[in-house]
Amino acid sequence: MSIWEYANPKKFMQTSAWALPWAIGLTVLCLCVGLIWGFFFTPDDYRQGSTVKIIYLHVPAAMMAINAWTMMLVTSLIWIVRRHHVSALAAKAAAPVGLTFTLIALVTGALWGQPMWGTWWAWDPRLTSFLILTLFYFGYIALWAAIEDPDTAADLTAILCLVGSAFALLSRYAVNFWNQGLHQGASLSLDKEENVSDVFWIPLVISIVGFVLLFVTLVLMRTRTEIRARRLSALLARERVA
Amino acid sequence: MMPDLGRYAFVVLGSYGASVTLIVGLVVLSFWQRARVKRALAEVEARQGKANG
Repeated sequence: MSIWEYANPKKFMQTSAWALPWAIGLTVLCLCVGLIWGFFFTPDDYRQGSTVKIIYLHVPAAMMAINAWTMMLVTSLIWIVRRHHVSALAAKAAAPVGLTFTLIALVTGALWGQPMWGTWWAWDPRLTSFLILTLFYFGYIALWAAIEDPDTAADLTAILCLVGSAFALLSRYAVNFWNQGLHQGASLSLDKEENVSDVFWIPLVISIVGFVLLFVTLVLMRTRTEIRARRLSALLARERVA
Repeated sequence: MMPDLGRYAFVVLGSYGASVTLIVGLVVLSFWQRARVKRALAEVEARQGKANG
């Protein structure tokens, strides 16, 4: 069995129909456990007080905002190289999900930043590269909507995705590239000194898993919708010709 | 049951409120689009099925 079998829309629809109920169930379970545990059953941080509870939203959302763009990059490259329609449609389906995560990261970051840094926004390397990534998401979605021919739209959005990947990369590593600005480094680290305290770590990891599953679930569902929409346009075009 | 959020109640509750609103909005939009496209496709397939006998 090869992974390219799933490039066949029929095979993708069959497999995703089986996987979707499981994905929905696991998403609801992990999000509820992670967020309820984090909000209700973790203590305040000795420096940040109760604002530490924002970590269960901000970190997973920011992580997934960048990972969503990475997934779009991979599927766009598959489209460019192998011309599999399902991969182009999966990239299209992922964009609004990634944009939503980006907006969550920006809003929660501003709300967290105000009491901790004394400002809602700063032109810090990570924040700025994240804002540019948000604009790339808007541009990507707008470009898909603006071009009528789906293959041309897939080609052009794939190129845009390649360009935007530089900012996705910068969003993740800006803190390491420029050792300045307000934003701290990674919250999760293999280095015990840098990692968040154990009491916050477990609900945070469960929330991250919940956000990953939410992304997978919504992308599966939206890709199925895109495949159906593509079939609908083909049938309508056939009707017009007949 | 509700934890004491102290003077940060606005930012913490605001973060959860905004995030839940955005996620629920996206989920509702995704389900609505799915239902709309599924219904339209079923209609066209039924119409073309009849036309083809």
